[in-house]
Amino acid sequence: MAAHSAVLSMSKIINPFWGGRLGNTVKCCTLSSMQLITYEMLMLQPPPAKYGGRHTVTLIPGDGIGPELLNHVKEVFRFSCVPVDFEVVHVNSALESEDDINNAITAIRRNGVALKGNIETNHTMAPSVKSRNNLLRTSLDLYANVMHCQSLPGVQTRHKNIDIMIIRENTEGEYSSLEHESVSGVVECLKIITRNNSLRIADYAFRLAREKGRSRVTAVHKANIMKLGDGLFLQCCREVASGYPDITFDSMIVDNTTMQLVSKPQQFDVMVMPNLYGNVVSNVCAGLVGGPGLVPGANYGRDYAVFETATRNTGKSIAGRNIANPTAMLLAGCMMLDHLRLYDYASMIRNAILTTMNETRLHTADIGGQGTTSEVVQSIMRNIQSKGPLTTDL
Amino acid sequence: SRGRRVRSLSRTLVRRWSRGKPDGAGETRWSRGNQMEQGKPDARGKPDTVTLIPGDGIGPEISSAVMKIFEAAKAPIRWEERNVTAIKGPGGRWMIPPDAKESMDRNKIGLKGPLKTPIAAGHPSMNLLLRKTFDLYANVRPCISIEGYKTPYTNVDLVTIRENTEGEYSGIEHVIVEGVVQSIKLITEDASRRIAEYAFEYARNNQRSSVTAVHKANIMRMSDGLFLRKCREVAEGYKDIKFTEMYLDTVCLNMVQDPTQFDVLVMPNLYGDILSDLCAGLIGGLGVTPSGNIGANGVAIFESVHGTAPDIAGLDMANPTALLLSAVMMLRHMGLHDYGNKIQTACFDTIRDKKVLTKDLGGNSKCSEFTADICRRIQDLD
Repeated sequence: MAAHSAVLSMSKIINPFWGGRLGNTVKCCTLSSMQLITYEMLMLQPPPAKYGGRHTVTLIPGDGIGPELLNHVKEVFRFSCVPVDFEVVHVNSALESEDDINNAITAIRRNGVALKGNIETNHTMAPSVKSRNNLLRTSLDLYANVMHCQSLPGVQTRHKNIDIMIIRENTEGEYSSLEHESVSGVVECLKIITRNNSLRIADYAFRLAREKGRSRVTAVHKANIMKLGDGLFLQCCREVASGYPDITFDSMIVDNTTMQLVSKPQQFDVMVMPNLYGNVVSNVCAGLVGGPGLVPGANYGRDYAVFETATRNTGKSIAGRNIANPTAMLLAGCMMLDHLRLYDYASMIRNAILTTMNETRLHTADIGGQGTTSEVVQSIMRNIQSKGPLTTDL
Repeated sequence: SRGRRVRSLSRTLVRRWSRGKPDGAGETRWSRGNQMEQGKPDARGKPDTVTLIPGDGIGPEISSAVMKIFEAAKAPIRWEERNVTAIKGPGGRWMIPPDAKESMDRNKIGLKGPLKTPIAAGHPSMNLLLRKTFDLYANVRPCISIEGYKTPYTNVDLVTIRENTEGEYSGIEHVIVEGVVQSIKLITEDASRRIAEYAFEYARNNQRSSVTAVHKANIMRMSDGLFLRKCREVAEGYKDIKFTEMYLDTVCLNMVQDPTQFDVLVMPNLYGDILSDLCAGLIGGLGVTPSGNIGANGVAIFESVHGTAPDIAGLDMANPTALLLSAVMMLRHMGLHDYGNKIQTACFDTIRDKKVLTKDLGGNSKCSEFTADICRRIQDLD
């Protein structure tokens, strides 16, 4: 156990904040403890791509409203003198070859962090042309998708006081893209659930809950029907839960979950689930707090982090018309700044966004107003100028 | 006189053929159900017999409530009560009692209360057994906002049609190696075509204007791609109904923001499970949601989807609304629209009045009082 104590002391030096929970991880996980500890140590460090005090971040514009919203993000960052340079990598979704997305993946490996718009998947093309977004997530092993849904004070919704964190397994499950047609007219699609990934995501969820001071984690599943698959997921969650006695753990079947979400969403705190249920639940929650234009999402892996809007919409129908809501993308940018440890810039921009959100006059069409994207962005920049610190102070 | 006999015989034959089956639905599986939906009354004029499965827990009391209401409305329905429990048949396979099966095969229409499945009973769930026995391939759930039962969502009026036999619930799972489990989602051409055809027929027969296919073909290219292709093919034959396709996540997102934009939704098994419960939550939960299962050979079983509620069983506290609305759906399926409308109006009026509501609807009246109020209203309507 000399290795264990060495690891523990090293972790205390590198990451004093995380020191305590390492002990818990060792206690609860019975499998490959050494493996788990080693990568735990290296997790969630901001990337080293820093030159002259400025970070370099990969920017993937994507399709639809992605390019215009990311332009606004660049504009706001430049205005606020954020020390981040963007390396833009275009991905053409109409091409069949995977060179573009591979270039993007290489760029992200180099920089460690990315901000991206959604890349369209044309499902009329051959099935061998896989979803580019999915390819990106699996190649970089961005196993956790985190989304924080909070009711914003300035936005009118049917339900109030919602504060749910959704942690969704991002690489396996139904999104494994393994399909075959063994007999003509009969297609089989495989859903893979593994013990390693389930333990990993459950552990991430509990650690995040502890860090944020949350009291309850709910696992969403359909183990009454998919007894082996979701049963394994649930079992892994229970194992991890036993190592966090301060956090309550319960489980709920996915159809009951959606029913509860539309009637009483305030009962949920932190939710963890496999890939497809995560897709459904995160979209329901985004709809409950005001729509796709308001919620940012983050995809975390061991070494990389990619930030985007939570509901991953391309928004083809509203592209180029200056009516898209820039809030989600800007808040995703703030999450990215938090990840890069540029907390002051992040809170400055976030406060400006929330102040703007309070003004009903500036709401865009998706939240019931008539404002344009540029008006919202101008207002945010005006807020930053009036309330933010002077450049000499930063 | 022989000439007269031949002429009258040929006239009868021509009349029978011209009354016959609608276009494009020559298969026997549509026979009785579809003709009924055309609104033609039963030529014999006798009451139709329906198999009633009261179920467990609160099942018997809500079934008797429904029977009482039907009596008050003088609906031409004769009930044949049967009990459904899992028994082991020859060959060791679990099956439902043969008299229940025979009754259902004869009557074709059934009304079912909640059935309980004891944990670790050794047999699959009762609902699954019924589904397999009668090949109940379509689960239809119309979700209409109930005036008087306030939810944050108003003016909801949509129908979810879910494929009920395959998809993610095929039950095929394997442990590949220790710690890796694979579940197989099965999508077949036949099942997809069948459910798409049913969805469009339903839309046409119930004057709905659009059908939306819900899918995730960007990720599950081949499986949901096949489902979509079949839906598109079937849509070609129904040019009077608008057909759209939407991703599952977009549907969920839009559903909680503005459910009024949806009309009829058709989808594979898992998405249907989630979405139909989501829509039930929009209108007030499973206690007020009707549901119907359509099977091959014209069989249709209408049911309430809530649980057996053993804690309130026998205490006269149950809410019969779900089973009642399912029975109304059944009347409409049989072409008895007048009776169906009458009973539905009475039920909604009672709920809107808020004087005799059961506990789950926010009042503190008994089930019998609720039922009596509806019966009184029906008699007043006459």
